[in-house]
Amino acid sequence: MKFDDEPTPGEGLPILPGHTSPGRFERILRAGKFAVTAEIAPPDSADPADVFARAALFDGYVDAINATDSSGANCHMSSMGICSLLTRKGYAMILQQSCRDRNRIAMQGDILGAAAMGVCNILCLSGDGVQSGDHPEAKPVFDMDSISALSMVRRMRDEQQFMSGRPISSPPRLFLGAAANPFAPPLDFRPHRMAKKIAAGAQFIQTQYCFDIERFRTFMAQVRDLGLLEKAYVLAGVGPLASAKAADWIRKNVAGVHIPDAVIDRLAGAQDQKQEGVDLCIDLIEQVREIEGVSGVHIMAYRMEDRIGEIVTRSNALDGREPWRPAL
Amino acid sequence: MKAVRLWSVRNARWLKKVYDGLEWILSLLNPILRRIGYDRLDKPFAAVEGVVKGFLFDSQSCGQCTLGETGMACPMNCPKTLRNGPCGGVRQNGGCEIKPEMTCVWVNAWEGSQQIGAEQTIQIIQAPVDNRLKGRSAWLRALRIKVGSAS
Repeated sequence: MKFDDEPTPGEGLPILPGHTSPGRFERILRAGKFAVTAEIAPPDSADPADVFARAALFDGYVDAINATDSSGANCHMSSMGICSLLTRKGYAMILQQSCRDRNRIAMQGDILGAAAMGVCNILCLSGDGVQSGDHPEAKPVFDMDSISALSMVRRMRDEQQFMSGRPISSPPRLFLGAAANPFAPPLDFRPHRMAKKIAAGAQFIQTQYCFDIERFRTFMAQVRDLGLLEKAYVLAGVGPLASAKAADWIRKNVAGVHIPDAVIDRLAGAQDQKQEGVDLCIDLIEQVREIEGVSGVHIMAYRMEDRIGEIVTRSNALDGREPWRPAL
Repeated sequence: MKAVRLWSVRNARWLKKVYDGLEWILSLLNPILRRIGYDRLDKPFAAVEGVVKGFLFDSQSCGQCTLGETGMACPMNCPKTLRNGPCGGVRQNGGCEIKPEMTCVWVNAWEGSQQIGAEQTIQIIQAPVDNRLKGRSAWLRALRIKVGSAS
């Protein structure tokens, strides 16, 4: 799908009335389409070809690509580097910015740099602790948190000011995102935390993996009762699990991922566990779509990025719509 | 100190009252304090505060206290020093992502804020820490903000 006013790759679309970014991701959501985003695996290399090859797996299947910011505190190519490479080709990128590694001076500089490179979307995260990654001896920065970072970016965009109050001559035109984990304690606080993120500037929300649909349904009902569905677009996090063993490892070792026993049992009972993981992901997409207020899905297919095409096609998440892809 | 900290959260309701009372007394004393000079008082105030709040709340003396808005739980005890709510890494048993043996500061804060009826104030968006204020008196700062003689 191409917009009539499609620019040359690397340049922004005209900003429509009521929009804050020149990006196609915001356009898709505001047009009421069910959006699909996916997480790209950042390479442990300095070769741009690695990035292009990984992005190509998503061509024609996703509306925007999240470039993670050394997730799990493991060192990889930076989100900024990946976004810079891929925006040049015209991809709609979501820059993930965690508060773990950079202070407010570095973060604000990166926000201007990213916007200048054609990034239209930023996902503000607190970030995983350094203890979970491959450099546990590193200094955790956490000068900001996800919510103060959101209000910082919003101020840069809407008031054209740095946190210091110094003016910005040309502001970053961004669509702001935040994460939500409906599955971590204190459960009653989670909808309020999302409200707080929206009050701080979040326009879209990408959730943690949703394997516990009942819990997610409850969360979404609470979110609706708080009147948040009119204020932000919610993309439910989903993803394929490679096997029952992998799932069990993830829930024991990856912070914030909640996988119910029933999911593990379903995988363990299958002949081809990897295929069952893909089928489960497709089932989950169909189930979250039925929940009021879910505007899209965010697919995190860790080490199974090559299965995203199958997941999107078989779940019909795009309703036959064909997202933008680079010209061949 | 963990036991005291948890006791403080459980008793958040009247501790908050004591805290509000203290603020009232300080504002009564303000003319005297102002005459002595806030800057001159900062060190002794910070020293007393460090002991009292350190004992009761494991306060980390950031100099810009949020205790009344965070259920009398000091958010600076969060290993990520998050001041606006819990991260997504909280374990299913309420344990901290980084220090599993410690209950998440925000699990305590949420509990405490319900006790003091502060579900509204926990929604206040807290600005990032001003690192220049670390170790200075938060009480004097709050007083000066209240009487309008501070930035």
